[in-house]
Amino acid sequence: MQTGAPFSFERFTFPDLKTLLAKASPLRSGDVLAGLAAGSDEERVAARFALADVPLKRFLSEALVPYEDDDVTRMIIDDHDADAFAPVASLTVGEFRDWLLGDDATPEVLKNLAPGLTPEMVAAVSKLMRNQDLIAVARKCHVVTAFRNTIGLPGHLAVRLQPNHPTDDPAGVAASILDGLMHGSGDAVIGINPATDSPEAMIDLLKLIDEVRERIDIPTQSCVLAHVTTAIDVMARNAPVDLVFQSIAGSQKANESFGITQSMLAEAEDAAKGLKRGTVGNNVMYFETGQGAALSADAHEGVDQQTVETRAYAVARKYSPLLVNTVVGFIGPEYLFDGKQITRAGLEDHFCGKLLGVPMGCDVCYTNHAEADQDDMDNLLTLLGVAGCNFVIGVPGADDIMLNYQSTSFHDAMYLRSVLGLEPAPEFAAWLRKMEILDQNGRTRPQLDGQAAQNLLAWSGAA
Amino acid sequence: MSKLANKKIPSGLDPWNALRVHTDARIGLGRVGDGLPTARLLEFQMAHARARDSVHMAFKPDRVRSKLGSLGLPVLDVHSAASDRATYLQRPDLGRLLDDASHDTLSGHKGTYDVAFILADGLSARATHDHGADTLSLILDRLGDSWSIAPITLATQSRVGLGDEIGAALGAKLTVMLIGERPGLSSADSLGAYLTWGPKRGKSNADRNCVSNIRPAGLVPKKAAEKIAYLMLEARKLGLSGVALKDNSSNPALIDG
Repeated sequence: MQTGAPFSFERFTFPDLKTLLAKASPLRSGDVLAGLAAGSDEERVAARFALADVPLKRFLSEALVPYEDDDVTRMIIDDHDADAFAPVASLTVGEFRDWLLGDDATPEVLKNLAPGLTPEMVAAVSKLMRNQDLIAVARKCHVVTAFRNTIGLPGHLAVRLQPNHPTDDPAGVAASILDGLMHGSGDAVIGINPATDSPEAMIDLLKLIDEVRERIDIPTQSCVLAHVTTAIDVMARNAPVDLVFQSIAGSQKANESFGITQSMLAEAEDAAKGLKRGTVGNNVMYFETGQGAALSADAHEGVDQQTVETRAYAVARKYSPLLVNTVVGFIGPEYLFDGKQITRAGLEDHFCGKLLGVPMGCDVCYTNHAEADQDDMDNLLTLLGVAGCNFVIGVPGADDIMLNYQSTSFHDAMYLRSVLGLEPAPEFAAWLRKMEILDQNGRTRPQLDGQAAQNLLAWSGAA
Repeated sequence: MSKLANKKIPSGLDPWNALRVHTDARIGLGRVGDGLPTARLLEFQMAHARARDSVHMAFKPDRVRSKLGSLGLPVLDVHSAASDRATYLQRPDLGRLLDDASHDTLSGHKGTYDVAFILADGLSARATHDHGADTLSLILDRLGDSWSIAPITLATQSRVGLGDEIGAALGAKLTVMLIGERPGLSSADSLGAYLTWGPKRGKSNADRNCVSNIRPAGLVPKKAAEKIAYLMLEARKLGLSGVALKDNSSNPALIDG
């Protein structure tokens, strides 16, 4: 791969594409920590002026991480679809932004374009976009996936029910599952972060969810968020695996720090598909990402935090996931300092993923050492709802007592569906109506003393 | 308690309230329309406020020093290269380095020691204020006389990695750092203990053993001290710490052996 001439605007010069992207990025603490951020606001905007003039084609000839050294770069270049790229092949990054906002970029056009875009092109254009641009364009990108229900349809919002417990206590997990179902959560997945990453613990939790799902015929899928190798192990033992989970990142080195290779992901996808447990579709992978993951593993390869995050979506895209979740505020203030930075990052990740054709959801969240609170979460949650986010997270009372951070709650999801008129996944919504959890107006108004509710409660008592 | 805090879970949810015995998760909260009842909303805000206050509370080494008086060991103050809390939160690298004055302080006490204990603020000064001295005292009670102990250091704006610089500067074979952990919503006073054999700059988490969640409502200090003392003995015996050193302290036969 060749490196072209340096970039410049007025008195500022930028030696290569990697530097230009980093300097153009909206301010965030992680880029400052890495020593990559612009030295002044003026330099940041100068970088954007220079970036606006870069032809999109240049991203195909100048790799940010060398092709020879990095299997994520190889995947991006080798899988690039030149025919799909053709409609925008002559544009610069700045022209691409204008084109995306224009009326010709319809949902159908954007869907066909996705395989022609690389993560670097998408990250680049996002750096020229205001929050409203990120929302407006993402709203036009419909990425629909399916397993036992259909996720990502316009006008719908799914919720991952996250019933974590510090010791994986079955009764404790069951109580949180029940609470979530009664609030209309759980259509994206019932997904548990296990306290212990072992095959036995994973099998126990999978059986717990599978039992309630079958007993009351819930059209949703389960996942225990253990390492991909643990999932491969338990599938070989005939455990009831719906979705295979894995954390992924945007460089080979970062993925190695997670203990994964591309062939492991391919093997897991094949194995889970082979179980044929999906009823309306067969997207079997669930990935999580988050800005700062590569830097925290010292594996960012000198690439800015947002661009290397976007490269992770190219990894995700390869394995046709049901769900991709950017866990946006989990990593802490050294990467995203405050509510403003978390909000921007959440909108960027959602936009970049959607434009690449990835079924993005977002864990709108924060830790207690970040400068953020529930008001910031309300803001980002609402913005993502407007942007057409596929799913969000539901944790009892927004307080994850196992991972010790604050996410969004079942109540938050009810609020979002209500104010924006969003429906749960269609198959799940029908089930919620049958269970007298949704009323005839589509509001979440569970009949707690009804027969359906009593059936649920009876299961929980037995767990 | 205010009237609000005493108010029962709103109507209709009583059958579900029974499930709360199974988990500390915030279930069965009731609802008003799609939102949270006022009492539940304010409970959450109070928990978050306490956690944030713990993160931003200034570390007062003298509060810990006064509790350490009875131990009869010299006590030194050190400070990381992160000058204030805002810098500390955004630059973890600086929280792992000593400032110049602290290097001078420690060089005056360089020796050959079996262990250096460090009490550090970390992300919760409250934890260190409340449980640091007690936990250290309980560890010392279990150690016996065979350990040469370096001066105790009280470290401000400190990350776990600062212990590597301190241990190396003092000439200690092992460091035991008691440091405030990132507060959870219901655990604003949780202390963590990190053991590192052969401390020097550049050690990674894989080189350390950790005992976490030390607080009265979690792993009580007495139990934590037993675990830590056990790990110290094993580290000295094997000449290492980290993933190769397993915590079998729950097996009494091994402790006695």
